[in-house]
Amino acid sequence: MIKQTTSKITQERIQRYLEEGKRFDDRKLNEFRELSIETGVSKNAEGSAKVKLGKTEVLVGVKMNIGTPYSDSPNKGNMMVNAELLPLSSPRFEKGPPKFSAIELARVIDRGIREYKFIDFEKLCIKEGEKVWTVFIDIYSINDDGNLLDAAGIGAVAALRDAKIPKYDEKKEMVLFGELTNKKLSVKKDFPVSITFHKIGKNIIVDPTREEEDVSEARVTIGSSKGIISSMQKGEPVALEIEEFEKILDMLEKTWDNIFKKIEKVVK
Amino acid sequence: MPEIKRKSGRKADEMRKISAKVGIIPNANGSAMFVSGKTIAIAAVYGPKEHHPRNQRNPAKGTLRCTYNMMSFSVTDRIRPGQNRRSTEISKITEWALEPIVMLDKYPGKVVDVYIHMTQADAGTRCAGINAAAMALAHAGIPMKNIVSSIAAGKLDKTIVLDLDKYEDSEFEEGEGSTDIPMTFTSDGKLTHIQVDGYITPEQLKEAMKMAREASKKIYEVQKQALKDSLGKEK
Repeated sequence: MIKQTTSKITQERIQRYLEEGKRFDDRKLNEFRELSIETGVSKNAEGSAKVKLGKTEVLVGVKMNIGTPYSDSPNKGNMMVNAELLPLSSPRFEKGPPKFSAIELARVIDRGIREYKFIDFEKLCIKEGEKVWTVFIDIYSINDDGNLLDAAGIGAVAALRDAKIPKYDEKKEMVLFGELTNKKLSVKKDFPVSITFHKIGKNIIVDPTREEEDVSEARVTIGSSKGIISSMQKGEPVALEIEEFEKILDMLEKTWDNIFKKIEKVVK
Repeated sequence: MPEIKRKSGRKADEMRKISAKVGIIPNANGSAMFVSGKTIAIAAVYGPKEHHPRNQRNPAKGTLRCTYNMMSFSVTDRIRPGQNRRSTEISKITEWALEPIVMLDKYPGKVVDVYIHMTQADAGTRCAGINAAAMALAHAGIPMKNIVSSIAAGKLDKTIVLDLDKYEDSEFEEGEGSTDIPMTFTSDGKLTHIQVDGYITPEQLKEAMKMAREASKKIYEVQKQALKDSLGKEK
């Protein structure tokens, strides 16, 4: 069970532990929780993935449909990312239209994938200026124990890798939903990983639990691959010292390597 | 009774393969998953807790609030995320199916939230959702008089069958077509929910109900076993 809020005593203890470089679960500051990725978990989706980071769990599905291209990119497909923080996944989430945190999550994931040019949008063009594929990436939280953002990023990549293009009847000009071709969605060989760094006191940590996230003062999400950063977003209204920001950049390579290796084993 | 060959190869009174798991969402007070063939439902219970908004509070007894939803990618043709008219109705049907067994009088002014989501759908989603929700309520330790088990019977042309799948529910058009009759029973055989869509005589309906009642006993055993298996484990 997760509480509505983390008590002051727990918050102070997290901070005190961190001052000695320690975390409740014995992890190093740049260490992720146990990661598990399962693809093909929802058979009616073009692609899907279930990602667990410790007790945090997200489900990501990819669906595709025909749409019209934007006028500034007549030969390119479209992508839409949507996230829902389900009340099923935490007592902190309520029903109703998406709140800011869900919107931000979707947009950060969107940029992580778009800016890296993970999807080959030109291959999604059916008829220039008229018909292209739109890729929908839908993210649902199943259990929120912190760091939904990074779990969702991993899930999006895994689901896209898993995705196959639906059959399209050219004569009738319609998608035959439920029938997939053997053609995989065209994505880059390498993939971006979003890692969110959190500032707690003078320390920087990754993959916070929900309790740690409650103590986090500011965060920086970095989407990168093999040393190349393609997207970044700072969140929360607390300033970072230049040194702190540089510390994050210094931590990036090693943290990225570790988590990338774990993801690579599953997402080939 | 005229026999019919089912596309899935199932016998008329054969339901899809079912399985259940309790305790799948650590954050929740209670949670469960129910799988029926290719349909997968997950449910989580939060509460009893303070009932907001206040004006909906019932000072006499607690309120059971169910939310049924299909994930956008759970079906072949993507559905827009969020609630629609269909899911709003099924949410209410689910509440009505469950409420008779939940001892809400123990929690005046409080609310118990039940969230049900389909991660994969192939017909029979409301039944799978109700089955998962009943287990999640028990897992949450909410006092209950009983447990409910839900299953659809139906009719394909002139044959009474159990547990229509997606093809039988929406594509079968021979003869009298297909009739879908989702039902929910308490373990001692009371009916808490029934809906009919199709074309059926009262006699045939009685027969269908008998078939569904027998199947509900099997579902009950699976639910009970899943709850037993969860004992002693962390929530």
